[in-house]
Amino acid sequence: MGGWAIAVHGGAGVDPNLPAERQEQTKQLLTRVLNLGIDALRSSVSAIDVVELVVRELESDPLFNSGRGSALTENGTVEMEASIMDGAGRRCGAVSGLTTVKNPVSLARLVMDKSPHSYLAFSGAEKFAKEMGVETVENEYFITQDNVEMLKLAKEAGSIVFDYRIPKAGYETCGTGVQSPIHMNGLPISIYAPETVGCVVVDSQGRCAAATSTGGLLNKRMGRIGDSPLIGAGTYACDICGVSCTGEGEAIIRGTLAREVGAVMEYKGLGLQEAVDFVIKERLDEGKAGLIAVSNTGEVAYGFNCVGMFRGCATQNGFMEVGIWD
Amino acid sequence: MVGWAIAVHGGAGVDPNLPTERQQQAKQLLTRCLNLGISALRSSASAIDVVELVVRELETDPIFNSGRGSALTENGTVEMEASIMDGNGRRCGAVSGLTTVKNPVSLARLVMDKSPHSYLAFSGAEEFAKQMGVEREENDYFITEDNLGMLKVAKQANSIVFDYRIPTTGYESCGVGVESPIRMNGLPISVYAPETVGCVVVDSQGRCAAATSTGGLMNKRTGRIGDSPLIGAGTYAGDVCGVSCTGEGEAIIRGTLAREVAAVMEYKGLGLQEAVDFVIKERLDEGQAGLIAVSKSGEVAYGFNCVGMFRGCATEDGFMEVGIWE
Repeated sequence: MGGWAIAVHGGAGVDPNLPAERQEQTKQLLTRVLNLGIDALRSSVSAIDVVELVVRELESDPLFNSGRGSALTENGTVEMEASIMDGAGRRCGAVSGLTTVKNPVSLARLVMDKSPHSYLAFSGAEKFAKEMGVETVENEYFITQDNVEMLKLAKEAGSIVFDYRIPKAGYETCGTGVQSPIHMNGLPISIYAPETVGCVVVDSQGRCAAATSTGGLLNKRMGRIGDSPLIGAGTYACDICGVSCTGEGEAIIRGTLAREVGAVMEYKGLGLQEAVDFVIKERLDEGKAGLIAVSNTGEVAYGFNCVGMFRGCATQNGFMEVGIWD
Repeated sequence: MVGWAIAVHGGAGVDPNLPTERQQQAKQLLTRCLNLGISALRSSASAIDVVELVVRELETDPIFNSGRGSALTENGTVEMEASIMDGNGRRCGAVSGLTTVKNPVSLARLVMDKSPHSYLAFSGAEEFAKQMGVEREENDYFITEDNLGMLKVAKQANSIVFDYRIPTTGYESCGVGVESPIRMNGLPISVYAPETVGCVVVDSQGRCAAATSTGGLMNKRTGRIGDSPLIGAGTYAGDVCGVSCTGEGEAIIRGTLAREVAAVMEYKGLGLQEAVDFVIKERLDEGQAGLIAVSKSGEVAYGFNCVGMFRGCATEDGFMEVGIWE
């Protein structure tokens, strides 16, 4: 095998009762951005450039939980984060706590390419954004009516949104544990809607790259950082693969999910799909998450242990698939 | 082997010309903290409690770069970060951008135990600190004369402090590459002085834990996050081991250093020391870093590929060692 391959996602953990119209919209968006990536790959654009342009498109569209359309904090504002990694050289950049930057993934790219650091956050990141002259907008731009409603529901449900499943004893202040398979992070899936976005690409020269972007957890505390900007957790790329994850933040962090796919390929000699399956099965414990991955030999794979994941994949030999359910 | 083991570090990358008096002070502090940990272990304190109490002691002492004595940002202020992980259950907590919290590692612990999230940063973390009622101080409390002097030198040297080695082409705006073995992060080692602190412990029940705390990079941009609060990079603990890293931030992040030790033990079947050596040799490329580690079977190990690492280790059978150089 060889040739380019690309995968995109719009979040793992989907409400089984999601209206058909909404399902259609998401599949159309996934198809559109996949085609954007495919066109770029056919023009020999590098993997790192392709993941950035695809995630920019996902951020600009209000449908998923990134950029415009981000989930709201407990205060009704938006705090965005993203990370990007270039497998060629394992260089990386990440940002958190953005409130005015139209395309967080592009600022993460600038952190990687143009700053002396790897990860900038909050007002320091906003300051860097000004220096770089990236497009900035008022925080309201990112807020959609849909998400304002979701926040209301989350608050009324009286639930605290959790990054992890609550152990059975000793956490009385933390609320109830998981009660049914359609809860994620302590909220009914109809409210929780993680919808982090991501893209992984291997280009025609076998270079892998990955990027992930999100508004984070609905009703999150100010200052909360999830897995999406964390290299090795939400995003990872190296010589042999590129990975982007989505789902319950803590499960992904404590499972170092994105790095794990590469690690089992390198250290256990597993192939890409085997590695993805292994990681989803073995590293999540009771956590719910999903991921997309590509390998340097042109393969693409995905896996998830929850109900549904918005995703799309395509390879140079003409294969293309967009889906939500198992 | 069974029985408890503990290791502490005060940073990898030491000025070979460090005054003898300072070397003595550093060794005395490491010895004192080691003994604190040993007493607690002898009283059957759990690994997670021991790493927290030892790192608190290191933060409170102004010698190393954590808590009081933290390196200064470009603005002459202190922004602290820390992470902690309990191998028993792989639970974790992290904080970044702290400016008033006397013991960052304890706030990280509270994030893990008492918040619905895994990682809080900047004003959101400070808000949580207020709610938790932890001990707080004015930012000046953390600033030492030594570090004010270092900051001046760093600015005069007119170097930008880097998280990574600069590639040979294309980064004209980023300054000079590494020129001699006594430079780290683009600064002469006498100025760079990483001195992040950390502690790893396996208790008498075979449970591993790890914690890392730092003020970060000297002369860093405000908002810069390094490897110390990142699970899988600066800190990791699982069933088989506990790891804390120090050195060049980007090298540790892109190498997912802490997780890597556990991964090669789990997936390649390496023993603790083998795993540490493998990771230091294979995962750092041109990066300079060090780490300490313990295994659930009571072993302790450390490794570094730079000039010196402040460290100390002890095991239940009476072994104890404090050192700086190879």
